[in-house]
Amino acid sequence: MPEGLEQGLPPRESDDLRRLAGIMVPASIEYRLPGADDPAIFADIVASLGRDRAAVLQALAELRQIAGEGFAAMQDAAAEAAAMTLLGRQGPVVVALGRAVLQCYYRDPRVHRALGREPRPPFPLGHKLEQGDWSLLEAQKGRARMWRDVDNAGV
Amino acid sequence: MNDTASPRPTDDMVDVLIIGSGASGAAVAWSLADTRMRILCLEQGDWVKPTDYPTNGRDWEARRFGDADILPNRRGLKADYPVNDDNSIMKVANYNAVGGATVHYTAHFPRMHPSDFKVKTLDGVADDWPLDYWTLEPYFAENDRMMGVAGLAGDPSYPPHTPTMPPVPLGRTGTRYAQATNKLGWHWWPSEIAINTVEYDGRAACINLGNCTPGCAQGAKASVDITYWPAAIRAGVELRANCRVREILTNEHGMASGVVYYDPTGVERFQPAEVVILAANGVGTPRLLLNSASGRFPKGLANASDLVGRNLMLHPWPMVSGYCDEEMDGDRAPQTVMWGKEFYETDRSRGFVRGYTLQYSRGTGPVNEAVSSMVAGRLPWGKDHHRVYRTLYHRRLQIGIACEDLPEAHNRVTLDPVLKDSHGIPAPKIDYTLSDNTKAMMEHGIARATQILEAAGAKNISCSRSVLNYPGHLLGTARMGLDPERSVVNEWGRCHDVRNLFIVDGSIWVTSGGVNPTSTIQALALYIADQMKQRLANLFD
Ligand SMILES: Cc1cc2nc3c(=O)[nH]c(=O)nc-3n(C[C@H](O)[C@H](O)[C@H](O)COP(=O)(O)OP(=O)(O)OC[C@H]3O[C@@H](n4cnc5c(N)ncnc54)[C@H](O)[C@@H]3O)c2cc1C
Repeated sequence: MPEGLEQGLPPRESDDLRRLAGIMVPASIEYRLPGADDPAIFADIVASLGRDRAAVLQALAELRQIAGEGFAAMQDAAAEAAAMTLLGRQGPVVVALGRAVLQCYYRDPRVHRALGREPRPPFPLGHKLEQGDWSLLEAQKGRARMWRDVDNAGV
Repeated sequence: MNDTASPRPTDDMVDVLIIGSGASGAAVAWSLADTRMRILCLEQGDWVKPTDYPTNGRDWEARRFGDADILPNRRGLKADYPVNDDNSIMKVANYNAVGGATVHYTAHFPRMHPSDFKVKTLDGVADDWPLDYWTLEPYFAENDRMMGVAGLAGDPSYPPHTPTMPPVPLGRTGTRYAQATNKLGWHWWPSEIAINTVEYDGRAACINLGNCTPGCAQGAKASVDITYWPAAIRAGVELRANCRVREILTNEHGMASGVVYYDPTGVERFQPAEVVILAANGVGTPRLLLNSASGRFPKGLANASDLVGRNLMLHPWPMVSGYCDEEMDGDRAPQTVMWGKEFYETDRSRGFVRGYTLQYSRGTGPVNEAVSSMVAGRLPWGKDHHRVYRTLYHRRLQIGIACEDLPEAHNRVTLDPVLKDSHGIPAPKIDYTLSDNTKAMMEHGIARATQILEAAGAKNISCSRSVLNYPGHLLGTARMGLDPERSVVNEWGRCHDVRNLFIVDGSIWVTSGGVNPTSTIQALALYIADQMKQRLANLFD
């Protein structure tokens, strides 16, 4: 990481982001999934803001303009409406917010298991890859020369 | 500033000084090593350890938005220099380390086609190269042996040649693509890829880590830090990492006398050399030449033609994606699987000249699927998020359209008047627009890729025209040619204006072809090295 990148968030921004993350990616009983406001996932989000920290703070400032001061404690419907207004905006700030949440949510071991994926890095075990159906190449093998050169400009 | 009699510490003279240790710098160093000359390479980045590659950790995908991002402006590591690409739809992707961008490349390894070298003769556009496919053919083969290339002989879209090892498996994704492309009656062939499908030259076989681009922890991807460099160093070449060159100096004879560089501790030094070879890529090389302006060379070094920095070509690359109703290979395989050349050669009835490769890719991992689908507007927030995500994850098909962009003088690299790197050296600025020919080619490719995805049964098909893939192909900014008024280097890589200065990287390309460039960049570097070896007695005549 480039030197001098600040980490973490002040308490108010942290509360707002946690509420927002839970609306963006809610817990699901149907899919047996935590929400992005789950303590472990949220701690990872805050610790991993990295290059997106300034943009995330900017997104939270925009959220405050939409929702007023008390977003973290708002009623569900009002909080959701404010969040969706923010998330409906295009642009790099909202993309950075989304990336900050998703990059941690989708590496959580519980989320990986729910997707049928082992929660481990690719190395050193790697993955199996089936050969696939090479007989499909037969259709290509009889084709005439396709490449052109100065001696066969018209091909 | 530009004088050799300065008080800065001076290193021992070398015979050959290479600037940049990437694809071309490594190849030229290895080839020249058998001359037994004293050869030194200065590289601004460091060695990257395989244990530092993202796939070692659970944050492997997130790091692609951080220290392993393809864009130097976002990465912002010590070895990176900023690039002002605000005035370009295509952003500059690169990697600055021992091995250059091959550390982070995808290793899709097509050669240029014979017609790519003769676009003026065949299609009446741009210029012919001063050499042809057949001149490079033995060097393609030598490079394939050094890098190790998986593929299959017999592709009707190329002159016959035999890759060094069996192709990467088709897998489920390739099988789907092949069925669909056969249905349409169009060409496809397993891609040539510089990834070991079997153990090769002491390097292990691929175990499908998937995320090849930000470095292969297994060492199965042929990046030049583990192919050419160990061989070159064993043969006596010296490689000094963490050394950034600021400018090339010249003497009273108008010859390069050496370079000013910053050593790893930040001390400014002078490295004298008999011969200087630039291998700093299509952006780094013009930047250095322009930063080497002096009283003798006021427009920049080797720039009497005013062509240094001009004719930048970047391969505009729309990506068309769609989603299947069943699991595909996702991120559990090398990223690319096959190529399609049905629309590669010129057919004027299509409304444009030249053509493109269809590059068939596999999917992405869980984070990348979520983030890219969020950006594309496919993945909603809130209650429906999980249901929709399950229709996307590991179901992606994605075809890239590798468009040949023709050289245009106004697409160029200049020096930014304000932006500087961490050593205070002026940074490059990119101005780049898409021509009407390129736009027509892109639309044609998007329509054909869409047809293939539809034939594969994919739904939810989309393609962005405003955010393209940035392939990191940096070409054309010090073009090759016979006429000193219309080119920067001659037909064997020597600068017309400075007879002991050579360029071997992608800058010297005359046109860009519609293929990933590294195989051809390296073949060309090996060819130039051979030309130098054959002319050692009268290299500067
Ligand atoms: C993300 C990504 C994916 C890619 N995928 C593919 C692919 O699948 N297939 C393909 O063919 N190509 C691919 N490429 C492109 C490929 O990596 C390049 O074409 C190739 O590496 C260019 O070789 P080069 O020698 O011209 O420059 P580089 O490999 O870029 O090497 C230039 C070196 O010069 C150094 N340098 C620059 N300036 C200085 C200085 N002032 N002082 C000291 N050192 C300096 C740099 O640090 C760098 O190491 C990809 C590139 C990227 C970024």
